Amino acid sequence: MPEISTGRNTVIVKKEVHSAEKLCYHCGAECTTTNIAIGDKLFCCDGCKLVYEILDKNGLCNYYELQSHPGLSQIKPVRSDKFSYLDNDDIAEKLYKFTDGNNTIVTLYLPGVHCSSCMWLLEHMGKLNPAIVESRLNFTKKEVTIQFRRQEISLRQIVELLTTIGYEPYISLDESDKKEKSSFDKQRIYKLGVAGFCFGNIMLMSFPEYLSSNNDIEHQYATLFRVLNLVLALPVFFYSASEFFTNAWVGLRQKTLNIDAPIALALLITFGRSLYEIGTGTGAGFLDSMSGIVFFMLAGRIVQDRTFQSISFHRDYKAYFPIAVNVVTPAGVVSRHLQDLKEKDVVELHNDEIVPADSIVVDGRAKIDYSFVTGESEPVTVEVGKTVYAGGRQTGEKLTLQLIKPVASSYLTSLWNHSAFSKNKVEQNRRDSVIHLVSKYFTIVLLGLVAITATYWAFVNPATIIPAITAMLIIACPCALLLAVTFTHGNLLRLLSNGGLYIRDAFVIEQLGYINHIVFDKTGTLTEEASEYDMRGDIFSEEEKDIIYTTALSSTHPYSKAIVAYLGKRAKAELIEWKEFIGKGIKAISGDNYIYIGSSRFVSNTNGADTDNAACYIRVNDKLAAFYITPKFRDALPAVMQNLGGHYKLSLLSGDNDRQKSTLQGLFSGEGKLLFRQQPVDKLNYIAGLQAKGDKVLMMGDGLNDAGALQQSNVGITLASDVNNFTPSCDAILDAKRFAWLPGLLKLAKSGRQIINFTFVISIIYNIVGLTISMQGLMSPLIAAILMPASTITIVLMTTGLSSLMARSFKLYVKHPVTKT
Amino acid sequence: MSALYLLVLASIAVAAIFLFAFIWSVRSNQFEDQEGSAMRMLHDNETPQINNRKI
Repeated sequence: MPEISTGRNTVIVKKEVHSAEKLCYHCGAECTTTNIAIGDKLFCCDGCKLVYEILDKNGLCNYYELQSHPGLSQIKPVRSDKFSYLDNDDIAEKLYKFTDGNNTIVTLYLPGVHCSSCMWLLEHMGKLNPAIVESRLNFTKKEVTIQFRRQEISLRQIVELLTTIGYEPYISLDESDKKEKSSFDKQRIYKLGVAGFCFGNIMLMSFPEYLSSNNDIEHQYATLFRVLNLVLALPVFFYSASEFFTNAWVGLRQKTLNIDAPIALALLITFGRSLYEIGTGTGAGFLDSMSGIVFFMLAGRIVQDRTFQSISFHRDYKAYFPIAVNVVTPAGVVSRHLQDLKEKDVVELHNDEIVPADSIVVDGRAKIDYSFVTGESEPVTVEVGKTVYAGGRQTGEKLTLQLIKPVASSYLTSLWNHSAFSKNKVEQNRRDSVIHLVSKYFTIVLLGLVAITATYWAFVNPATIIPAITAMLIIACPCALLLAVTFTHGNLLRLLSNGGLYIRDAFVIEQLGYINHIVFDKTGTLTEEASEYDMRGDIFSEEEKDIIYTTALSSTHPYSKAIVAYLGKRAKAELIEWKEFIGKGIKAISGDNYIYIGSSRFVSNTNGADTDNAACYIRVNDKLAAFYITPKFRDALPAVMQNLGGHYKLSLLSGDNDRQKSTLQGLFSGEGKLLFRQQPVDKLNYIAGLQAKGDKVLMMGDGLNDAGALQQSNVGITLASDVNNFTPSCDAILDAKRFAWLPGLLKLAKSGRQIINFTFVISIIYNIVGLTISMQGLMSPLIAAILMPASTITIVLMTTGLSSLMARSFKLYVKHPVTKT
Repeated sequence: MSALYLLVLASIAVAAIFLFAFIWSVRSNQFEDQEGSAMRMLHDNETPQINNRKI
């Protein structure tokens, strides 16, 4: 079994090597048959074999030399016309980065990229088709940039080629998806570089001042060093520090004092006083401290604002829905963009496709899997003429639907019109941040103190006013607090992502610290994707089991598939007759055995209703057994619940029925509630109700049906088995394999506040010492020069050290990601 | 002692070279994909088609 280990922002699939077992040469999965083979190379499915053949034909087998079993399993085939919408020029044009009519550049996101073989193959695409001029992979972003000649190969062919070799692109026309990915802020890096350069050189030039008393250095050199310092400080003040001034100015115009306001003030005063001192030849100024502070603060912001480039947090239903749908028109079937769909359009839907809008079934057998919408795990059979709802996934044959509502006002999508989605959570978190609250009062208190000092010195010694208050303003810059917050959050982001929790931005960490109520979704969150099967009743003989197996094998119904999975691989029996009665069950005859699989009424031919919660019944002649399908709860669930129960209020919101209520009640102790059959809007309202009572709510969900609740909650965490797959819009993504670590991760996030408080106290002590000295007018450049970098470095070391120590104490520290060897 | 002028100038010049090297490296996207480059350098046993450079 492949094991996925997550490290930083990539998912690396590690496959265990069983030397004795038969592993697929392409993807490393265990082969169930030895029939699919080329020479001595075995394959698990025809898909994998096909990829090998293509690569072999084009001399690209180096792919298999770089890593063993580098491929992705091809067992799930992709429908041949899935990407037909790319033939639509309007859609294709939107994806092009550049085109001159022939030469075209396109960038595609490939979630499947995971190792160096992937990179090698994708960068040798030109060998597969000469019309591909160049292909280059950005491994961190999992994006391939392909330059091709449009007159010789179409975008659809390229996407299909990528899909055939196992890298199906994820195509989205959603602008927000793209913006997020280009978040690498070059401007800030340049600013940091310039600040670092100037800071280092200014420190060097200032050494003579530190090491000698004022009159020691020859006057000509003192002037030279000071003037050079001033020249070097100019780019720091005007370029590197510019964002502090602009932010402060923006804040002032909105009549708020943000954290940048006192910093801008401090920088302004420091620069002004230094300019004056150097100009008059009375001193060396504080340019070294100023550039140092700018450098450290920029570094802190870069550490804190680091994002996970390959993960997207802002996807709404549009990312889940198809880009285009096949519409039946008098002129034939055409591919049409989702937003161009109108009421009364007739659309075709294939297996595994999503219903784009609420519609009526016109033709075909609709078996709709609503698991992502409602959380209900069993597919629903819908007859011709009845309504199917947007977001459901068709399983089975082709379906023809007529839309009765436009996409945006369908039952599910109308959830996004709810007021919860209009508030900007990022902004909200920013406003609620401790930094914001402190900065409001900090500036006011500081200005008050300045006024008092000025008044005092006005009576005692008026000549000291200017030096005293400028020194005060310089020393009392809140950069210590800012550094404590940015470095703690930055390091916590890193540590939490090592533990499998990927957080959207630093402000979410702070919000996590205030949580007192956790609400869980059931299906997919508390349960695993796999189910547990059980058969109770009469015992079947081995021969009878073979017959049941064969009977169930021919049906595509999920229950039949479950029975096949439960019985395991068996010998096939001879069937004389086999018939499926839609909505009832299957009847088959083998030899002189009569087999019935289906509802209680169908199987036992009585009018008795299904008495217990069995999924279906199986009857072979006179023997009757009930077949149960129960979702399997995560192994770690009891331990996690017990741990969390001691610290938080817990609730459950399930879209499913209350079949497992008794099991769950044992897990949810205390005052938490268990609610079943919850619609997406019910979930949202429940969360809003808790918040009205003053609770800070953490929502854990996984599907579109939780989207409203995730948005409404203070922090919404999505549980995902693959962090690169679709997840509804949320604040953080937790790797499903790390579910057991949830209590520890929450503790770690909470510890961030203590660390910040602790470091803040330290920096306040520094500030008090500094302020006392400067209020007395005794601050010399030497003390200032030592005090400021010393406090800065203490803070940086303390925050990163303490948070790493915390992670270690919660046993969350993970070493570097395990790469494939 | 006037050698000091020269030395100071030289030291700043050397530091400036590093600053420009840094700016150039950021500008040429060298920090865009840090994992990829590490892997790519192990793949050069064939003619890299990207730059059409012959080995």
